[in-house]
Amino acid sequence: MIKNISNLGDASLYCDFGKDVNKDINTQVIKYFKTIQKKNILGVNNITPSYNKLIISFDLKKINFNKLKKIIDNIEIIKGESIQNKKFEIPVCCEKEFSLDIKRLEKKLKMKEEKIYESFFEKEFFCYMTGFIAGMPFLGDLDENLRAKRLDTPRVKVPKGSIGLTEQFANIYTFESPGGWNIIGNTPLNIFDSTKEKEPNLINPGDLVTFKRISKEKYQNYHE
Amino acid sequence: MNKNYFEILRAGINSTFQDLGRNNLYHIGIPFSGAMDNRNYLLANKLTGNNHNDPVIEFAYQGPHLKYHGDKINIAITGDVSFKIKKSDNLINGECYQSFILENDDELDIISTNKSVYGYLAISGTFDLKFQWSSCSTNTKAKIGSNNGEKLSDNQKINVKEINNNFVNRKLNYVNTKIENIRVIKGTNFNYFSEEGKKIFFKNEFKVSKLSDRMGMRLEGKKIENIVDTNIRSEGLIKGVIQVPADGNPIIMLSDHGTIGGYPKIGVVVSADYDKLVQLTPGSRVKFQEVDLSSAETLFKLYDLETQNLISQI
Repeated sequence: MIKNISNLGDASLYCDFGKDVNKDINTQVIKYFKTIQKKNILGVNNITPSYNKLIISFDLKKINFNKLKKIIDNIEIIKGESIQNKKFEIPVCCEKEFSLDIKRLEKKLKMKEEKIYESFFEKEFFCYMTGFIAGMPFLGDLDENLRAKRLDTPRVKVPKGSIGLTEQFANIYTFESPGGWNIIGNTPLNIFDSTKEKEPNLINPGDLVTFKRISKEKYQNYHE
Repeated sequence: MNKNYFEILRAGINSTFQDLGRNNLYHIGIPFSGAMDNRNYLLANKLTGNNHNDPVIEFAYQGPHLKYHGDKINIAITGDVSFKIKKSDNLINGECYQSFILENDDELDIISTNKSVYGYLAISGTFDLKFQWSSCSTNTKAKIGSNNGEKLSDNQKINVKEINNNFVNRKLNYVNTKIENIRVIKGTNFNYFSEEGKKIFFKNEFKVSKLSDRMGMRLEGKKIENIVDTNIRSEGLIKGVIQVPADGNPIIMLSDHGTIGGYPKIGVVVSADYDKLVQLTPGSRVKFQEVDLSSAETLFKLYDLETQNLISQI
């Protein structure tokens, strides 16, 4: 449930679901997101779910903070609104040219490369949110022993398809972008396609994701 | 074969197609985009008799140099911009907020913006563009929008689909003023900063850095010290949010911003000041001034009334 609603600037509501980050809290956030999306409230022009927050922004010409807060305070989450969990298996190649930070991670985590990959590939991940750049999924949770901080200096260009790790999350760079996550491999799969306007993102909040290691040969000959 | 088109002799520094932008896509990672300076965008369309949400060309600093081929067409430029129109028999010094007629083989040379960043070119008609999510707005980082998500390039052609045959000469008396005090509402992480840091934020001057673009504006000043944590759990962002990363220098999120971020939010620029904020050139000095929510709402009403009033004068 929403613990507190405050204003973020003059044209958005900042809904706080508490300090904890876990699947249950995030599922609540996504349920609110879907309910509000369905209500088509006049003036609401964006709703951004994240781990434990929901930001609702609006057109100040059509509605204001107090009026919208009243609506959200009294909103009833659609009962039985279950979140569809689609399942995906994402192929990942971990050859040297793709695993840009694996050596750095070995040092940071004091773990051998094989152990890092073993732990990563046996995990089923939950998609908490998408964004930062178009379609980028934020996937959790990594095992405790795989949690590392961001790079001290972010890369100016992280290659498209890179799989990154930081803290309790893994992500996929949907196109070349600056970024500071620890890169351990690359997928040939297209995660974001702007020509599919209805569903440009392959992975959406609530989906379940596993990764499968593939050879360089398979990577090069990969066809969707 | 399109018979009416613009030939780009010089594309300019960052010339893109823009309109009102796209809504309801933050949750998949796609920002609003759209014209940075909304008021000047709306005025450009009104001056050429267009719909208020029609595509225009937005340019930054140096604009495009275009050669027009086809039936006569009306154009208007808004902002604070120097431009010339070359006709076969004379050279006209352009004036902003006034429509001009272009005929076959005329050239429009948008030399540069003056003491501002963005200017707008509208035509009395429609560019032949592909829309994505009901908007032409080009986001060059995500490669979304018209022109394959790219800025305009030299030697390319821009086709005109239709001319609205609206050749009324329209004019408006309007002068853009430069903003020095940016009004902000305290952010959700205001208390992450030391008392000294908060004081610096509201009392000291900041300089606009060269590292500013449609995604964000970086500022430089005395370091704003964080006493809680230099990272927060990643969460949504909106236009105008001021984040302060570990180096203590504020970054303001602009129209093409990343939709999720993990730096503490010290404040948010009020909606009424956004158009003027984006026009600040690198090297400009600004101060932040605190306002509360209800004052910000009133300021926006005034801003909107003024915009509507200007539109109705055309």
